[in-house]
Amino acid sequence: MRIPDKFDELKTKGEGALIAYVCAGDGDTAGIVHALIRGGADIVELGLPFSDPIADGPTIQASIERALDAGMNPDRYFEMVKGLGVDVPLVVMTYYNLIFKRGLERFVKDCKDSGITGVIVPDLPPEESGELGGYCEENGVDLIFLVAPTTTGDRLEDILKRGTGFLYLVSRLGVTGARADIAGSTKEVLDRVKTDKPKAVGFGISSGEQAAEIIKSGAQGVIVGSAFVDIIASGEDVVGRLEALAREIKSSLG
Amino acid sequence: MNKKQRGKFGRFGGQFVPEVLMPAVKELEQGYERFRDDPEFKQELDYYLKDFAGRPTPLYHARRLSEKYGVKVYLKREDLVHGGAHKLNNTLGQALLAKYMGKRRLIAETGAGQHGTATAMAGANLGIATEVYMGAKDMQRQRMNVYRMELMGTKVIPVTSGSQTLKDAINEALRDWVSNVEDTHYLIGSVVGPHPYPTIVRDFQSVIGSEVKQQIMEKEGRLPDSIVACTGGGSNAIGTFYPFISDTEVKLFAVEAGGSGMESTKKAALHSASLCVGEEGVLHGARTKILQDPYGQILESHSIAAGLDYSGVGPELTYLAGTGRIKPANTSDDEALAAFHELSRMEGIIPALESSHALAYLAKAAGSGELGDIVVINLSGRGDKDLETVLEMGAL
Repeated sequence: MRIPDKFDELKTKGEGALIAYVCAGDGDTAGIVHALIRGGADIVELGLPFSDPIADGPTIQASIERALDAGMNPDRYFEMVKGLGVDVPLVVMTYYNLIFKRGLERFVKDCKDSGITGVIVPDLPPEESGELGGYCEENGVDLIFLVAPTTTGDRLEDILKRGTGFLYLVSRLGVTGARADIAGSTKEVLDRVKTDKPKAVGFGISSGEQAAEIIKSGAQGVIVGSAFVDIIASGEDVVGRLEALAREIKSSLG
Repeated sequence: MNKKQRGKFGRFGGQFVPEVLMPAVKELEQGYERFRDDPEFKQELDYYLKDFAGRPTPLYHARRLSEKYGVKVYLKREDLVHGGAHKLNNTLGQALLAKYMGKRRLIAETGAGQHGTATAMAGANLGIATEVYMGAKDMQRQRMNVYRMELMGTKVIPVTSGSQTLKDAINEALRDWVSNVEDTHYLIGSVVGPHPYPTIVRDFQSVIGSEVKQQIMEKEGRLPDSIVACTGGGSNAIGTFYPFISDTEVKLFAVEAGGSGMESTKKAALHSASLCVGEEGVLHGARTKILQDPYGQILESHSIAAGLDYSGVGPELTYLAGTGRIKPANTSDDEALAAFHELSRMEGIIPALESSHALAYLAKAAGSGELGDIVVINLSGRGDKDLETVLEMGAL
């Protein structure tokens, strides 16, 4: 399923989107993905682990290290995704060097062939994204960009023009990781970014209450990562608790 | 150069950084454009380089070494810069730039501790709060440098992620910068990272090559036949080479760390020779040559010299190696160690293990005649910091 179709569907139903991030290869990924979807995740963002994840905080760094130690690599990743058999849009989040090394065109074709319909590359700003963007367009894969509280002016316009699928709004400066407070900058960024494309807010969201507040402020979706990864790291009743947290957050987005 | 190519060396370089950092690198780009030729800035920097850092450093004719190898050897004495290495040239420049740009906090990464120490010196002297990220493993290897930084009021933050060395310290410093871009300047210590860093650091280090050029003309009335510099990230190398780039009769040798062998295991290279055997990729914001596995995961690097122990190399060096202007080479841990002892005994100068790699290339290449009659070796730092490491190796 393509990402824009999912957002259209949710719009009709009057719901905000729950976009769930986990890192592939950390734990039983198929079981984890299905639990998230049972709990109500609308889109699953599946990290492809990279050795030097500069945009990630300690929680996701540790998840990435576990995944790499368990032997996850791009070949296994696409194989695994092919076998998932899910009907929500899947998005790959990874760093540029893994894409570059595989070859941009091959990477995007692998995405398409395995059922991935969106790509997020946190260390690829729009200025450097032309070539990858071309292959994404050819293959019907969305290239999703991040918008930071510090993104303004011409650069914001450029991102709005190039980005497809949805816009990934970073709620505050910093790296990924669950936080109790969602900065006031979230609403400011939501108001400032004027576009018809769906806006999803990420970095720091861990509860239904926070998620509801963000949807109320004008976002079409929330991205939750570290809060799920914390559960995976604990190793206790992982599937049950993931499903419960997804349900708690999703039920607040209605 | 047109706008599109700015920050690129051929196809290398660029700005591959998280979106939150883009405004910061753009701001730095503009700040540098504004102040690099500002008379007041230049005058102030010249003052610090002269009266605080101790520049110009001598170009010393190493007589006994010259006799042994049958080549006239000059050593550029960056080991005599305040702090014991060339690193201060860059940290003074960037710290002063940060001050002109109104930043209130400096952060830096460090491998051997040389860059951290040089940042601490500049920060203390200019009165800017300074924090340095250092791999936990490196902190053990270089305890005295940690203490030196702390004495100068710098907070040293141990990095326990990944391989706990330089590359992880850079990752952690970048994460800090992502969170604190508004009041913080990230003072990168080598010609790596996103544009404009490779250019800024090169420019501040080019004082080495400019002095060499003037000094060799005074002593010899001509340019040297070759220049040799050790290369990790490559700041002392490009700083020495850059003023000679258009003098194509001068051969430029970038000597990387050959470590304990030119092979790699699954997760680690036994060396740090990105220019020699690395492959193209994107690391720490720049497209360059890096040590990586077939999937693009970054390999840990190895060298007896912590300051060369890095999985990438500056994009401009990669570009210049590609055009053939500079010649990549490498010397091993053992060869560097032998050169370390040789210079100590023959000239009464204890070189840094990093610089010992460049010295080792003299022993390796002098016989072939490829160095010509007059060679300049950049002695990028002094070896006092390495005594413990060398003692542990047990050799005298």
